[in-house]
Amino acid sequence: MPTSVRRHIINKPHRVIDEALDGFALTYPELVTFNNEHNLISRKTLTPGKTGLVSGGGSGHEPLHAGFVGSGMLDVAVCGAVFASPTADQVHAGTKLANTGAGVVQIVKNYTGDVLNFQIAASLADDDGVPVEQVLVDDDLASDNGNDGPGRRGTAAVVTVEKVCGALAERGAGVSTIATRGRDVVARSRSLAIALDAGAHPGESVAAFELDPHEVEYGVGIHGERGTGRIAYAPADDLVEQLVTPLVSSLQVKRGQSVIAIVNGLGGAYPLELSIAARNVHNLLNGRGISIARSLVGTYVSSLNMHGLSVTLTVADDELISLWDAPVRTPALSW
Amino acid sequence: MPETLTINALQQWLHRFASEITRQADWLTELDSAIGDADHGTNMVRGTAAVVTKLDGRMTGTVQELLKAVGMTMVSTVGGASGSLYGTFFIEMARNSPADVRLNGSELENALHAGVNGVIARGHATVGDKTMIDALEPAVTALSRSLADGRQLQCSIAAAAAAATTGRDSTKPLVARKGRASYLGERSAGHIDPGAASAAILLAALAASIGEGTA
Repeated sequence: MPTSVRRHIINKPHRVIDEALDGFALTYPELVTFNNEHNLISRKTLTPGKTGLVSGGGSGHEPLHAGFVGSGMLDVAVCGAVFASPTADQVHAGTKLANTGAGVVQIVKNYTGDVLNFQIAASLADDDGVPVEQVLVDDDLASDNGNDGPGRRGTAAVVTVEKVCGALAERGAGVSTIATRGRDVVARSRSLAIALDAGAHPGESVAAFELDPHEVEYGVGIHGERGTGRIAYAPADDLVEQLVTPLVSSLQVKRGQSVIAIVNGLGGAYPLELSIAARNVHNLLNGRGISIARSLVGTYVSSLNMHGLSVTLTVADDELISLWDAPVRTPALSW
Repeated sequence: MPETLTINALQQWLHRFASEITRQADWLTELDSAIGDADHGTNMVRGTAAVVTKLDGRMTGTVQELLKAVGMTMVSTVGGASGSLYGTFFIEMARNSPADVRLNGSELENALHAGVNGVIARGHATVGDKTMIDALEPAVTALSRSLADGRQLQCSIAAAAAAATTGRDSTKPLVARKGRASYLGERSAGHIDPGAASAAILLAALAASIGEGTA
């Protein structure tokens, strides 16, 4: 099979993030403001006295995190280079910006670079007298290998965490209440992903890895890194079942319980594929007596143009569903 | 022969580190694409280029000030894990360096040990985890041993650089236990760790510069 050469609709590779963020802010002038010194996307108007909500990480996962800035979700998104955590300096600037007097909750995906830089930033903010708590999101079941390594990766459950924490902050909750609820959402959430094709970095002509036509990368993360293994290419229902079954057993979801589900495209999956996957997520869960209380189907946490998808399940309760249903108005999520 | 490393030599070290990182950036990225996310070369080029810009604008000061400025520049420009880890390395070196324009052998040894311990404290990695520590830790151990044996500073730094290279190569068969490569499990074996590779470049650059800056 000839190796395909990847091309990109970009100007200069080193200008990709600056130009994309600029274009993003120009698109949503009523919702967000772009600070180009530290690559921060913040709400156009911050609410004095509300607990600030900051997230961030490497870029290449759009619409995460900038797409979730707005009322009912984040106050500030800190945008790093492609797949590289923002610097501690940037996160510190974003944390100070988000603080309007009540302190800040930082939502951090569990990756070594993000964890290190958010930790440094949190201690710098603490030196400034800003109360900061962190919610570490580590929902990826594939990286749950039980050793003393970096632990499970943070993937699409970060959307649920940002939505729920955002709703609580809007209701006037303080730093520790929000952080506690955020950690509870993480504990109730697990994700698994597959890919048929890796993405390519802006400016790179080759993909991060190549697969044979009969192979599917199983347990991929969101940085084009390889997964935990390869499985045979199969119809969508078979592939989706290999995601849903381990999630249900890991979360020990019981008959009669309900979940919030996210069927998430990784950047190269088209909407028809995601709907076919969502259909089987519904069928499989219904067959086990588990109802999907709420769901999202679409591209929310991408991995550049990786052709793949992830499924995230969060075990729901009434309060969680009420926080999920609370109004939200951001570029990527609105109701 | 007086055994000190001048601030000039340290600056040459950092310049050489930057130029070697640029020269070997594609290789670092290639190593990273095998077991990580294919950006280590790009990230390190960005950070070391910023360090060079900083150095060119500010050629005076003490060893402590120089290393602190380098560390802060790495922390604020590189991003990812490598930015905070290399930044921590230089900031901890600075904290344990004299407020002087030169370092003697034991001062360099103390500063390097502090830098490596800072990286260990921040990243929680130990030798064998397939990280930059696999190059850094043997390097400082070799430096200490060589100085304790009464060898000259230049020769001892060469021993440290050689140990870093051996340490880098020792990562090849290892299964990663820290950092992004660890997600690959057994499949991370068979590849040199990119962080260990850039750390070996750091020590090789020091060895190459000391010949030009000992006094």
